[in-house]
Amino acid sequence: MYFLRRLLFLLPLTLLIITLAFFLVRVAPGGPFDRERRPASPAVERALAARYHLDESLVSQYLRFLGLRWERQPDGSWKRAPGGLITGDLGLSLKYRNHSVSDIIRQGLPISLTLGGTAFLFALGFGIPMGFYTAVRRGGAGDWMGSLLALVFICVPGFVIGPVLILLLALKAGWFPVGLWGTASHVVLPMTALGLYFGGRVARLTREGVGQALQSEFVRTAHAKGLSPAGVLLRHALPLGVMPVVSYSGPMLADLLTGSFVVENIFQIPGIGVFMVNSSLSRDYTMVVGLVLLYALMLLVLNLAVDLAYSLLDPRVRHD
Amino acid sequence: MIHNGAEAETIDPQVLTGQPDGRVASALFEGLTRFDPRTGRGVPGLAHSWDISPDGLRYTFHLRTNAAFSTGEPIHAEDFVWSWRRAVDPVTAADYSGFFFYVKGGQAIATGATNRLETLGIRAVDPATFEVTLVNPTPFFPDLCAMRIMAVIPRATVERLGDQWVRADPLPCSGPYQLESWRPNDRIRLRANPHYWDAASVGCERVDLLSGDSPTAALNLYLTGDVDFLIDKVVIPSELGDVLVRRPDFHSYAYLATYFFRFNVTRKPFDDPRVRRAIGLVVDRRRIVERITRMGEQPASALTPPGTGGYVPPAGLGHAALLATNAADYAVAMRAAALEAQRLLAEAGYPGGSGFPPFTYMFNAGGGGGARQHENIGVEMQASLREHLGLQMELRPVEWKTYLSDMSQLNFDMIRGSWVGDYQDPTTFLDCFLADSGNNRTGWRSTRYDGLLSAAAAEPDSAKRFALLREAETLLVREEAPIVTLYSYVGLFAFDPERWEGIHPNLTGEHPVWAIRRRVAGGARSAVASATAP
Repeated sequence: MYFLRRLLFLLPLTLLIITLAFFLVRVAPGGPFDRERRPASPAVERALAARYHLDESLVSQYLRFLGLRWERQPDGSWKRAPGGLITGDLGLSLKYRNHSVSDIIRQGLPISLTLGGTAFLFALGFGIPMGFYTAVRRGGAGDWMGSLLALVFICVPGFVIGPVLILLLALKAGWFPVGLWGTASHVVLPMTALGLYFGGRVARLTREGVGQALQSEFVRTAHAKGLSPAGVLLRHALPLGVMPVVSYSGPMLADLLTGSFVVENIFQIPGIGVFMVNSSLSRDYTMVVGLVLLYALMLLVLNLAVDLAYSLLDPRVRHD
Repeated sequence: MIHNGAEAETIDPQVLTGQPDGRVASALFEGLTRFDPRTGRGVPGLAHSWDISPDGLRYTFHLRTNAAFSTGEPIHAEDFVWSWRRAVDPVTAADYSGFFFYVKGGQAIATGATNRLETLGIRAVDPATFEVTLVNPTPFFPDLCAMRIMAVIPRATVERLGDQWVRADPLPCSGPYQLESWRPNDRIRLRANPHYWDAASVGCERVDLLSGDSPTAALNLYLTGDVDFLIDKVVIPSELGDVLVRRPDFHSYAYLATYFFRFNVTRKPFDDPRVRRAIGLVVDRRRIVERITRMGEQPASALTPPGTGGYVPPAGLGHAALLATNAADYAVAMRAAALEAQRLLAEAGYPGGSGFPPFTYMFNAGGGGGARQHENIGVEMQASLREHLGLQMELRPVEWKTYLSDMSQLNFDMIRGSWVGDYQDPTTFLDCFLADSGNNRTGWRSTRYDGLLSAAAAEPDSAKRFALLREAETLLVREEAPIVTLYSYVGLFAFDPERWEGIHPNLTGEHPVWAIRRRVAGGARSAVASATAP
């Protein structure tokens, strides 16, 4: 019931988000066709606006975007304007005018998904063991070293790590390509640059979570029952300790899967992260709305998945 | 493999505006002329020759008999008539349809005064003969004919697919290449067009044009050999410019573009030419190119860059200092200019800058190294104005679209500007400041300036024409000074001259892809030169 309610709620929430995006991006000064050079004549300017319906009122543009605008035909009858969200059509990109928004997403998303997915696994793969280790060795030299390292990963941004990785491992050592996409070796450096930050966060969350679990009573009970220390740690403390990581995974995955502007830019990767930022700078209205829709859907769905995972992992959490 | 800079917005030769878009479109579509890779001027393309009537108003182009689209259909004069009519029709929404203002009837159609496309002064005399009637003798008309918007496009495909005709598969192309694939934000792959009239001269069978916004990534790819050419200055990190231009594989050359700033002459105190001239006199142009831009730019006091079609630009504000051959002379000349500027400012009622209201200098910021230079130049000007004139100028960095929109609405005091010329004639710069030009954006209107430009347009004699243009430009950069120019740009490209050839420096920065070829020992031409496959 709970999840059904959440699922039903998802639709109006998404609609609200893209409606906001639709109007906000149009509030910003300038338009998609403003350039340093003005068109040959005002007639050309008007024709360009008319071609993409930017000359209509905001309300009618919005209805057209939804696919709920009826137009009077030359013969006097009324007909729904073609396209629109209800038909799954996000329209043409206003900047890349030979591509539809869906085209660009279809082409770039798999790349961003691959990069984000591997970075996610990478972050979990080193973050959880690192956090677990530092929690167990709390106060010791290992904790100190590990926690410091995690902090460094969090503090040093991707636009520093990326170029450093390129300089050392690609330009100097020649082990990996400096950029572009296509083979497995293209994935390694951007995955690392993208995943280190999240791995650092995961390590810290795991450290806190496991640390708290170690203090809790059921762990003390388990010890008292005479379970082996390793068994206590792995069977009882770890599952509870990673709960904060699970709840962080939703937004983290949404962030990673929708592409990273910085990392895709540094490695010249043809994902959608670059479009995420550039579309709003270039006032590519249709693209902004399309990408916001994608991001919103991913975030909402993943958060739902996290809640579902929660109730499976932690017997204390119940949704009725 | 060529790094082409930003992703092409569209490759429709009639509506595109960007330079990366233009490089792709030039490879795919050709017009009556094409750009010479050495000079950047228009030389015979699909037309093998042309006759000009004695009054310079009628051009009769003779088309090649082997002119054909990549799909095999022949190209006739009728195709040009149809293509040009589509380009000039405002419904097509071609930003560059202003090039048709030179053709009789073009302006009336492009501005919407008439919708009768057949009134455009062009006609197909027979399938191989195309006749154009011009408004004025236009000595650079063959250059214009090489522009993308003048290229011939496939009528049947356009009529079938409308706006999205360039996505046709196969796409009938009239240029040296045809489109093999296009992955947005990744690459455009071109394959030689076997039906091209000059297919024998096309140097590479297959070419990848990479797109990406990061100059650092582009440089990395070039340094590791993943990319063979950096064809545009925008993909070369400007922070490293002064280091890179000293490498043997980086070539810097004079480029048809000028960096300047605009005054809003509708606002006080910039409505007073004396104020504008005072400011124009004290900016330290040499310091800007030597300390900030550092790629070999030439300080400029006039709008038209030197060497534009044989025209000699006039001496603008601050020109005297630029003649100095050493630092000591330059300092002396700059001091003299500062004294003159202080006198002008006092005459305007602001002795020593007292009573001068605070004002802002607006420029676009963000988005890479080029924009950081705008800020440094602003800081430099701020210091000059304070030191010599006692003026308080505040810097106002804004994001690109805000910059454009404020500039168009005259919502600024002083604003950064730049202009890239389209063809090698001073009018490509001077036309901007006509009273009714959409590119004016200063609020400055001068009937004398407009009169001189229209007199020049009607003048058949080249020397007299240039004299009229020089008089107009003097008004613009010396007497009235609604703008103050700082320097002429340089272009920059990079490739290994041991391995490749065919890219030459020229003013308009036209580097046709077909001319690029792999160097073979002994100078033999290689027909299959593409080692660029991934």
